[in-house]
Amino acid sequence: MGMVEAILLTIATAATPLLLAAIGELVSERSGVLNLGVEGMMVMGAVTGFAVAYTTGSPWLGAVAAIVVGALFSLLFGFLTLTLVTNQVATGLALTLLGLGLSGMIGERFIGLPGVKMETISIPFLSDLPLVGRLVFGQDPIFYISIALTAAVTWFLFRSRAGLTMRAVGDSHDSAHALGIKVIAIRYLAVMFGGACAGLAGAYLSLVYTPQWVENMTAGRGWIALALVVFASWRPWRVLAGAYLFGAVSIGQLHAQALGIGIPSQFLSALPYLATIVVLVLISRNRRLTMMNTPASLGRPFVPDR
Amino acid sequence: MAAESARGDAALLDVRGLTKLFGELRACDGVDLTIERGEIHALLGENGAGKSTFVKMLFGSLEPNAGEIRWDGRPTAIASPGEARGLGIGMVFQHFSLFEALTAAENIALSLDSRTRISTIAAKAQALSHSYGLPLDPYALVGDLSVGERQRIEIIRCLLQTPELIILDEPTSVLTPQEADKLFETLERLRSEGKSILYISHRLEEVKRLCDRATVLRNGKVVGHCDPRGESAASLARMMVGDEVKAVERPPLSERASTDKLLRIEGLDRPPATPFSIPLRNIGLAVHAGEVIGIAGVAGNGQSEFFEAVSGEVRQASPGTIRIRGKDAGRAGITERRMMGAAFVPEERLGHAAAPAMKLSENLLLSRHATDARAFLGRAGVVKTAAITASARRINVAMDVRKSGEDPAAASLSGGNLQKFIIGRELDRKPSVMVVNQPTWGVDAGAAARIRQSLIELARNGSAVLVISQDLDELFEISDAICVMHNGELSEPVPITEATFEKVGLLMGGAEPGHSAAAGAH
Repeated sequence: MGMVEAILLTIATAATPLLLAAIGELVSERSGVLNLGVEGMMVMGAVTGFAVAYTTGSPWLGAVAAIVVGALFSLLFGFLTLTLVTNQVATGLALTLLGLGLSGMIGERFIGLPGVKMETISIPFLSDLPLVGRLVFGQDPIFYISIALTAAVTWFLFRSRAGLTMRAVGDSHDSAHALGIKVIAIRYLAVMFGGACAGLAGAYLSLVYTPQWVENMTAGRGWIALALVVFASWRPWRVLAGAYLFGAVSIGQLHAQALGIGIPSQFLSALPYLATIVVLVLISRNRRLTMMNTPASLGRPFVPDR
Repeated sequence: MAAESARGDAALLDVRGLTKLFGELRACDGVDLTIERGEIHALLGENGAGKSTFVKMLFGSLEPNAGEIRWDGRPTAIASPGEARGLGIGMVFQHFSLFEALTAAENIALSLDSRTRISTIAAKAQALSHSYGLPLDPYALVGDLSVGERQRIEIIRCLLQTPELIILDEPTSVLTPQEADKLFETLERLRSEGKSILYISHRLEEVKRLCDRATVLRNGKVVGHCDPRGESAASLARMMVGDEVKAVERPPLSERASTDKLLRIEGLDRPPATPFSIPLRNIGLAVHAGEVIGIAGVAGNGQSEFFEAVSGEVRQASPGTIRIRGKDAGRAGITERRMMGAAFVPEERLGHAAAPAMKLSENLLLSRHATDARAFLGRAGVVKTAAITASARRINVAMDVRKSGEDPAAASLSGGNLQKFIIGRELDRKPSVMVVNQPTWGVDAGAAARIRQSLIELARNGSAVLVISQDLDELFEISDAICVMHNGELSEPVPITEATFEKVGLLMGGAEPGHSAAAGAH
């Protein structure tokens, strides 16, 4: 396996958790709910995935458990912000703090234990192709799920009636309510989808990326995912582009640091953030397109009058 | 007015004793109303009389506390807008329930429960819109459309559900007179097809012209049923208001007053602030001492952008575009312009013209702390509470502001009374230039007459008054000349002696009637 191929593979591994968490948050925000608890839901997914996989020996069960826990965690957020109409920003921040603390407590006895790695899928012959073989046809299953999910969410949002209804709820919940659309129910579903995706993203870290449990192992990836959604102006393929760009620059700068290029390492560490912001801002220059895709009622509380 | 009790020829809709409480307020109090097949029934009333509450209950978006709705003779509970549509009730909302970021066809699709493809819906909508003479581009983005065009979407969306009863809530408040005529043709055609229409309005002339019967609401109660064709506008107004409404008097403009240009606007341009807003193009206007100039126009043609530029909320690049009492003010902020002797009243009462949770006296200080610093502030900026409270009291007496306490929070006043206070707060300064956006929007007839009269008096005492309004009746009542804003451009002023509804209406519609907004830069 050549050097270039190895680098490309690690890029995909770095990008996949960002992509998963960001796609989930995108759906939640398209329905008008800003969930700043992505980091908390991810880290809960990571600890659950590791614990269940370690106990049962099955990484698959770990991933499923992480999805369920992520969704339940977001259900708590939904109950607070949608039913009790608490402030979405404050509640999201609280969810992140809760997730970080709770996962540390649950994960205490798993620190330093060997993890169970999810095996990669190798499609015979195709995965032996030079350069792209392993990259396209020899990845772990969650990588394929993340790509399929991006396509599915795009189709759902822009081709299906249910997706149209969801975008309408995100655009104006008052108009949607006047038409008899069940605003709260739709938002619950969107928030829970976001939680499930964040849970899976967390499990990816503790089952594929580095199969072990380390406290606070998400290391801010939830916040990056949140930023990607906004900078990608709420469009799925742009989220994918942003996630891979971020992954590429992070991996690239690591190699650059290893090679000892004469650039301060602090600058290199900051490079992924800078590059992602610059590129996504440049492609979002069309203000009209951005306005069209921005959910106009994002973060606004909704109380139906009856 | 007795409804036929026998099944088969029962009234299409028979409402008895419908009541809705909001806390202590009886928004609707035992309302009775029947609608026959093939009639246009008017629901008349002042703002806050309970009209919108009533129709929201009919459409299932509000739940009544008491009363009965009979549909086609059968008692029916309408629990959601979906059920209302299922029965055959369609609604065209006053504040449109449209989604700006979606296309017309997508907006229509959202209220059709079927699994029909968007392309099929678009084709159907287009065919229907042409058959009613209401052209519509199904793939246009709603955010790009004029208010009249948006209303077409609402109407087409409603018609596609083949309703038996169509409810229209204040449909003409956003239309040019010509667009309104087109709407009346459509409604008359629907009536001839046997559909029933519940027509909500406070415009008496159009009710007299269009409607077969009328029910009048006041303070949530039915105060009368009548045949509007047999009534005069004055008698209908008396029923609505419960009192005689004093006519506004406009003394003639004296000859010598018209030389001093207190407010002068020249070459005012402004790029669009958002993709859905209108750019201003080369606007020029002079308002002389002693006169009231009215600016007419369909909502969303740049009036808000214009007001922001004149008031100083958005500053101009070159100082000479706006001159107040002969001084350049283009780059000055709101406070600086106020110091030059100007006063401004924005459209939105709560949150823009007044801070909702603050007391009236505090709101007074907020807008006049700079211009009246000597009267209201002591050394080192200490607030002189007694002086401010006294001034607030003076304003409340002068404008007859009715309120619950001595100095209540702005939000606790009714719309009309708060507007009287806000206008009074500026008039109290005797400004030489007064700019008002929508002075009587949502204000009851009595308060509106008072506000209009005070604006005329201010002008006749030597100030320049500029009024932006969507209400043509109002502008004809108070203005000495009317300009029309259309698509970000301002017409030449038409002297009131030469102005007719038709002439102003044509200007409001732009060069070609039924234009489409040019903002769509795809």
